[in-house]
Amino acid sequence: MSTTYSGPIPKPTPETRPFWEAAKQRRLVIQACDDCGLRYFYPRPLCPGCLSRRVRWIDASGRAVLHTFVINHRPPRNYPLPAPIVIGMVQLEEGPRMISHIVGVAADPAALRCDMPLEVVFEDITDEITLPKFQPRASA
Amino acid sequence: MSADPRALRGSAAIVGVAESDRLGKLPNVSALQLHMEAAHNALADAGLRKSDVDAVFTSGRNMANDVPEYLGIRPRFVGGTQVGGCSFILHVEHAMAAIHAGLCEVALITHGESGASRIAMPAPRWGDDSTNVQFEQVWGTAGPPTGYGFLATRHMHQYGTTKEQMAEVAVATRKWAALNPKAFARDPLTIADVLGSRLISWPFNLLDCCLVTDAGGAAVVTSAERARDLPKRPVYVLGTGESVTHQMVSQMPNFDRWDAAEASGARAFAMAGVSRAAIDVAEFYDAFTITPILALEALGFCQRGEGGPFVSGQRTAPGGDFPMNTNGGGLSYTHTGMYGIFTIIEAVRQLRGECGERQVPGATTAICHGTGGVWSAAATMIVSTET
Repeated sequence: MSTTYSGPIPKPTPETRPFWEAAKQRRLVIQACDDCGLRYFYPRPLCPGCLSRRVRWIDASGRAVLHTFVINHRPPRNYPLPAPIVIGMVQLEEGPRMISHIVGVAADPAALRCDMPLEVVFEDITDEITLPKFQPRASA
Repeated sequence: MSADPRALRGSAAIVGVAESDRLGKLPNVSALQLHMEAAHNALADAGLRKSDVDAVFTSGRNMANDVPEYLGIRPRFVGGTQVGGCSFILHVEHAMAAIHAGLCEVALITHGESGASRIAMPAPRWGDDSTNVQFEQVWGTAGPPTGYGFLATRHMHQYGTTKEQMAEVAVATRKWAALNPKAFARDPLTIADVLGSRLISWPFNLLDCCLVTDAGGAAVVTSAERARDLPKRPVYVLGTGESVTHQMVSQMPNFDRWDAAEASGARAFAMAGVSRAAIDVAEFYDAFTITPILALEALGFCQRGEGGPFVSGQRTAPGGDFPMNTNGGGLSYTHTGMYGIFTIIEAVRQLRGECGERQVPGATTAICHGTGGVWSAAATMIVSTET
């Protein structure tokens, strides 16, 4: 798996590296602002709400809902997964939204529902990069 | 100088518009050649010479350098705003502001894109360290065909919008294309054809998606005063608005409405001081069938969530009471990748009465509206034969 992955591989930058390092440890982290209280994703060293530098990393619960989704039948060339791929706009319990795969469910609009409860799972794509993905929440 | 944007109302006019010599699949024409042909044709339409041009507006990587060089123009004012396909509608606003401030007098806005043949086009790739790759593309997003769908899915969930309603847009737009000899796709289309075409990215089938073509387009903007001395009837710019809310679709503020368009539309209508009922023709960027449905809501032609019912029953088709995308739109006429200039060209032609079979009788006021990126930017412009 580690050397044969053919899709785009994120190359962390200084402000995003803590997110990717946490994901490798199977932790989903986001950032929170100590001045305005905003919790946000993707990672930025200053708060996009108020431009404060008093931001810190927090662990997300991993609980989320599927805000909206598409089912991509035409993934980019060399993308390592067979089509179709369910791509979700996932709303974390803490507030921010992120894009991710929805796994453990058929790639069929009848099997998916906006606002359905999800939970995070992790998948290693290389030795360095682990992707958070989401599946229907077991206890839901 | 007044900070009130209404000071700009009607201060500038569009006096020339044109496409490149040909549109469609043009494997022997470079992107810059498409700019040049469109510029040549638009200046001829305006009755102006290249030496009259003192401002150039264009969009795309390096284009604000490339276009003046290729055309042999040394502008004293240059605009390279690049927010995607609606950039050219923004350029009209920026040109009007610059003309009003006395910084230039004749602005040439050009677009050229070898969208299908990719002749002399920059590579459209983000680096692996970009936020786009790190936080979107790694999950297999594929640009607009996936990005636009997120809002369509949420709209269907929240308001009951259907794929049949989206297909109505493609069918109505094709009927207009059948009346436009320059349109790329002119064969009759049914709702069943749209729903039966292959899936691209659910909820979009192939015929929910715009064309991919090669074409150029250009417009010439000058002061209302100078416009009155030119051969063709001026089309005055009554109101404009622009907004940007995000770049990556995951950062879109809301998925049940189009915030950027609500902002650009509110400003354009406030500046123009006209009612929605005064609009005779609507030229709305139709990257996907959902896009004009959301524009109708965001611009106040119907309530939020009512865009689907609004377009039902072929209301936007020839003979309907809301003529929309009368050139055949990006869905059937041409779509290079950045379609916005073509909304301007068609609006001007409709108001001049130059549209032949597809002419909307008695049209005096039109609206142009576009998107850029993945619902990222929006621009709105209201134009009229009267100030």
